Amino acid sequence: MAATDRVYLREAPAQLLPAPVASTGVLAWMRANLFSSPSNIALTIICVAAIVWIVPSLLRFFIFDAVWSGADREACLPTSQRPEPGACWAFVRVWSSYFVYGFYPVSERWRVDLFFGLLALGIGWLAWLGAPRRDLGAIYFFIVLPIVSYILLSGVPAIGLADVPTSLWGGILVTIVVAIVGIVASLPLGILLALGRRSKMPAVRLASITFIEFVRGVPLITVLFMASVMLPLFVPDRFAPDKLVRALIGVALFASAYMAEVVRGGLISIPRGQYEAAQALGLSYWRMMILAILPQALGVTLPNIVNTFIGLFKDTTLVFIVGIFDFLRTIEAARGDPHWATPVTSVTGYAFAALLYFVCCYGMSRYSRNVEARLARAQRR
Amino acid sequence: MANTADRTSEKAQWAVEIVALNKWYGDFHVLRDINLTVSPGERIVICGPSGSGKSTMLRCINRLEDWQRGRVIVDGKELTDDAKQILAVRRDVGMVFQQFNLFPHLTVLENCTLAPIWVRRMPKKDAEELAMRYLRRVRIPDQALKYPSQLSGGQQQRVAIARALCMSPEIMLFDEPTSALDPEMVKEVLDTMVELAGSGITMLVVTHEMGFARQVANRIIFMADGQIVEINEPKAFFEHPQHERTQLFLRQILH
Repeated sequence: MAATDRVYLREAPAQLLPAPVASTGVLAWMRANLFSSPSNIALTIICVAAIVWIVPSLLRFFIFDAVWSGADREACLPTSQRPEPGACWAFVRVWSSYFVYGFYPVSERWRVDLFFGLLALGIGWLAWLGAPRRDLGAIYFFIVLPIVSYILLSGVPAIGLADVPTSLWGGILVTIVVAIVGIVASLPLGILLALGRRSKMPAVRLASITFIEFVRGVPLITVLFMASVMLPLFVPDRFAPDKLVRALIGVALFASAYMAEVVRGGLISIPRGQYEAAQALGLSYWRMMILAILPQALGVTLPNIVNTFIGLFKDTTLVFIVGIFDFLRTIEAARGDPHWATPVTSVTGYAFAALLYFVCCYGMSRYSRNVEARLARAQRR
Repeated sequence: MANTADRTSEKAQWAVEIVALNKWYGDFHVLRDINLTVSPGERIVICGPSGSGKSTMLRCINRLEDWQRGRVIVDGKELTDDAKQILAVRRDVGMVFQQFNLFPHLTVLENCTLAPIWVRRMPKKDAEELAMRYLRRVRIPDQALKYPSQLSGGQQQRVAIARALCMSPEIMLFDEPTSALDPEMVKEVLDTMVELAGSGITMLVVTHEMGFARQVANRIIFMADGQIVEINEPKAFFEHPQHERTQLFLRQILH
């Protein structure tokens, strides 16, 4: 088989053989992954014990012993037949429209529903990579949707949509508005700041660095306070934006400073040759960035971008500090309702909040993994 | 400084004119008093030991490098800090890099049509036709829809040549185009370049491929320590090198 002689000439080609049959099957997998060494066996046993200990009690509390319907606290109070009642989902059901709309007038809530529908359409159009006319989708999402949403949600009496002041908005509506505005504004602003920070022009660079470092150096709560207390000092009363808009500006600026650093990380990873190739072809600075550099930089740093989005989504809960009723704040308010005062009300409310935040964040995470896999397949890098 | 009339006459006369070019990296004097004129259609090979400034000089011609003193005039257009002028020169000067520098997120075809569409404002369909014509010329039309990472190094470098040619440049700059290739792929790239040389385009090539230099170059420039040491026609350059640095260099690379 092998050339063992000092001088050798192959006369017939070596046979092409199929790969050896892999040791597959559940048992083989378990042996390789769960019981491969004493420490691994110990870990496996500890994990199984933890699962056996925790999961049944979670299931019992949240599903089997849970109370699914009822009109008030009586349904969820401990009784002699049921000394330890489970989660009080009845409370969530009764308060659910408050969690979604806040104090948005009941007769106008169809407008919020329509907004959710239009938003879902826009996100679906952009997120589905094989969708037709994604260029139109982008125009719809970034230009049409914000204008329509604004008209729809805050109202224009002239066309028969009653004014709904933002002080009445609340719940999931506010959380979604803050998160979407933050996400949509932070990416382009972050890109501009990142490019500014790497600019050859000292004034642009200095301004970008100052903004990024200043905003990153203070907590979001401070930025929100400043946006809601200091902004009115600079803008004449008549033009002072309302409370929600101020918070939106604060969140957007805060998120864009973080996004700038994420994008800068992506830009740094692009080799200098890519810039030179684009320059040598006669592309101007902006064309070079938009066509050649940014698509690569954003692709490389996509996990970090989505990470920032997820952080931003959860940070939206901080807007309660300036008196805005976001989703978590509505739960806070509802759990104090004396009609539903039971030992399990708070736990249920917080569990519901956790579930909703988790679904949104995990959704973003999965989607980004999908896109990453697709990028990797396309370029086989 | 040349006045406008002078510049018009220069355009007719020289493809590239470098006058008293000096460049420093910090305190390090990388280019020392470079003077060179290249006629339209001329093919120049630049060689010399590494660190001699040959790539730096080449990269001054499309202003990928700037300089502290001296003038570079390309096709009658003087390169200054004027960004528009720099873009105008780069549009007419193609460049091929040692590391190919194809855009990995674009297909071969998209790599080739990017600049014609966005810089020359060519309709997409025309740009694709043009790109396919050059991809056929470098003999890889069947790879047009693949991504660069799916191609061999030699194929990637040929795509890079096609990409540069799609801008219909007057001048082509090659910065060690075969140095990063596996040995068995050098020939396919050199063949493409030899073929290109037959088309009458002005070429400046930094390379150590002396066979290519002998076959294609009108003149060979030898550089050392940031200076042009010797310029001669290939036959004389190889058979009777004048300067001792040239003699030493040729002894070292020709074994």
